[in-house]
Amino acid sequence: MNHTVTRIERRRWPALLLLLGVLTACFGLLAAPGNAAKEDLTGEISGVMRDAQGQPIAGVSFQVTNASGFTGSDISNRQGEWVVPIPGPGQYVVSLDPATLPAGVTLTNPERTSLTVSLLSNSKTVAFPTGAADTTRESFLDRFLQLAVDGLVFGLVIALAGVGLSMIFGTTGLTNFAHGEIVTLGALATFVFNNFIGLPFPLAVALAVVVCGLFGALNDWGLWKPLRKKGVSLIAMLVVSIGLGILLRYIYLFFFGGDTEQYASYSGQPGLALGPVDITPKVIIGSVVAILALVLTMMWLGLTRNGKASRAVSDNPALASASGINVERVINQVWIIGAALAGLSGALYSMSVGVNWLEGFQLLLLVFAGVVLGGLGTALGAIVGSLVVGVLLQISTLFLPTEMKTVGALLIMIIILLIRPQGLLGRRERVG
Amino acid sequence: MDIGLILNQSITQGLGVQAVIFALAAIGLNVHFGYTGLLNFGQAAFLAVAAYGLGVTVATLGFSLWVGLIVGVLAAVVLALILGIPTLRLRADYLAIVTIATAEIVRLVVRSVTLRDIFGGSDGINRFADEFYALNPFSSGLALGPLTFSRNDLFVVVVGWLLVLLSCLIVFLAMRSPWGRVLKGIREDEEAVRSLGKNVYSYKMQALVVGGVLGCLGGFVFAISSQSVQPDNYGTDLTFFAWAAMILGGAARVFGPVLGSILFWFLLVFINVTLTEAVRVGYITFIDGTQVGQIQFWILGLTLMLLMIFRPQGILGDKRELAFDVK
Repeated sequence: MNHTVTRIERRRWPALLLLLGVLTACFGLLAAPGNAAKEDLTGEISGVMRDAQGQPIAGVSFQVTNASGFTGSDISNRQGEWVVPIPGPGQYVVSLDPATLPAGVTLTNPERTSLTVSLLSNSKTVAFPTGAADTTRESFLDRFLQLAVDGLVFGLVIALAGVGLSMIFGTTGLTNFAHGEIVTLGALATFVFNNFIGLPFPLAVALAVVVCGLFGALNDWGLWKPLRKKGVSLIAMLVVSIGLGILLRYIYLFFFGGDTEQYASYSGQPGLALGPVDITPKVIIGSVVAILALVLTMMWLGLTRNGKASRAVSDNPALASASGINVERVINQVWIIGAALAGLSGALYSMSVGVNWLEGFQLLLLVFAGVVLGGLGTALGAIVGSLVVGVLLQISTLFLPTEMKTVGALLIMIIILLIRPQGLLGRRERVG
Repeated sequence: MDIGLILNQSITQGLGVQAVIFALAAIGLNVHFGYTGLLNFGQAAFLAVAAYGLGVTVATLGFSLWVGLIVGVLAAVVLALILGIPTLRLRADYLAIVTIATAEIVRLVVRSVTLRDIFGGSDGINRFADEFYALNPFSSGLALGPLTFSRNDLFVVVVGWLLVLLSCLIVFLAMRSPWGRVLKGIREDEEAVRSLGKNVYSYKMQALVVGGVLGCLGGFVFAISSQSVQPDNYGTDLTFFAWAAMILGGAARVFGPVLGSILFWFLLVFINVTLTEAVRVGYITFIDGTQVGQIQFWILGLTLMLLMIFRPQGILGDKRELAFDVK
């Protein structure tokens, strides 16, 4: 008996390599080297112009000068990006022409139209934050409503990732620190299907979700299942997931590069004004899809045989196994569903923030905040907690500087742990 | 391919400032994880608050370097208390989530534009360690075979390794004392220790403080060696590097983290410089210079995974002693 187990294990180790191979092949497409700098201009100063909602702003004019008489300029493109090639390291003054800003958009600090930057290396990104200044025109209630809607939309993104994280934790006990990388995979795959292969956006998202589901299945089958069989402890698995996360992240960076890209479809979609709330049609459709996916997941958990079985496994794997449930198969299904939802999360999230190799990892802490808030291990808790985190995160910008909103959300998570460690909907016994 | 350059760089950096920084961070982690079983994934925060405590005190407030060092240590103690109060009563994985979140909070706060006047935003704080370099007793740098250090580097490295030795001595003495035995007891079976009448919560808190203070020495070395503190140097990657070093050398062993840091840093630099050279000479054409730098993170990720799966006790460790291999 033991011998067969070891033999199966041995044969399955190569699956990990296979998994990496598939990834590598997937993103090999992206490894196009791009080097178009002029001979004497070896460096560059660049940036991405965005409005308060994170939408790119085109047509803003930038000028870069230095003390020795160098002058360069650029105008932001459809993605809001601008690049000024420069002679190399040194001190530069970057200025923005406020007259080229579109109506209604102002800099957060209107006096700071030019910045002095010193470059130690060859490149630097410079940001001119916008928004918040024009909010004085709007009433407090209008801003509150806008932020609440933005928060709900963001909360749905967090929830999609959080449900999978929570279900995987429930059934296997694994705190998966590589979950954010599945979110990124969803965005990257959508980007590849949409921009490189040129598929229509909905089809690209659907395919990306399938890719992520497969990736989840492969993840469980190639790595976590053998580890469970080997009897590796949960804490060791947690560290393994951190290692896997780092590896995947830097594989993405290697093939995708460090820039933030926009999807080819709908990147500059104009917003609709619904009463006081500005929202783009793509965000409305994306949110409806997210809600549908979450409702379907809850129905799967509550109504289907496999879903019920997964809850039984969460409660007590040994008992579930004894009553005839195929525990490993249930866990594999949970991985597929969890990873597919995370992929959808990444695909939708990137509609507003762009595709970036680090986005999933940056989202992960907020996902943890949502999941911990709702109660680790419960799917409904993850959804409720994530929506609360999303809304609080946005609303907090009424009182806090925007750059501090993540800090606020993480602090809330820590405070919740202090006063109600089992979370809003968790059961007390889960916390030891 | 310049083999001399490759060896020179690898050996110099394997014994250089970076290795010292990670050794100190990993020694602190070893008290947390190796001896007490606490999953601290926010070690970078301890280094950051120490470095910023030093930088702000000296550069922003204008006090002497020595006051800055005391402020840095106090900041690390306070951070440990803040971290410990909500989480030490909870299950291990909650501590992991909260510590990693706290490290991000610290980084986001010190790099914020709002507090730029205090912490210097994303540029950080510079030039605050002249007092330290004024004490440099060495009249010239060192060039011993492949080992080359400039005069200032030599001073930092010597002081750094003395700190590492001192930390090892502290850990050695602490862990063979009754106090250390209680910590190991908590790692093996918290309930058993509690049933013997020990205040487990208090002991865990003490371990968190001690490990945090040992780790914060790494923050001082980091800050002083480059005469600058920059927020993005204290990201989660720093913590993960320290973890990899600790596990590679062997957790719950006095010299495990030190050996791990030297080996791991040597390995990273060796691979990095070899690849860079291979790209420069043209042996490797399918990657460029910046991509070489990313490969060391592949190695970091793979090292963490493979070590935890196949050899969680690392080089020096004893498998029976490690709590995380007992289910």
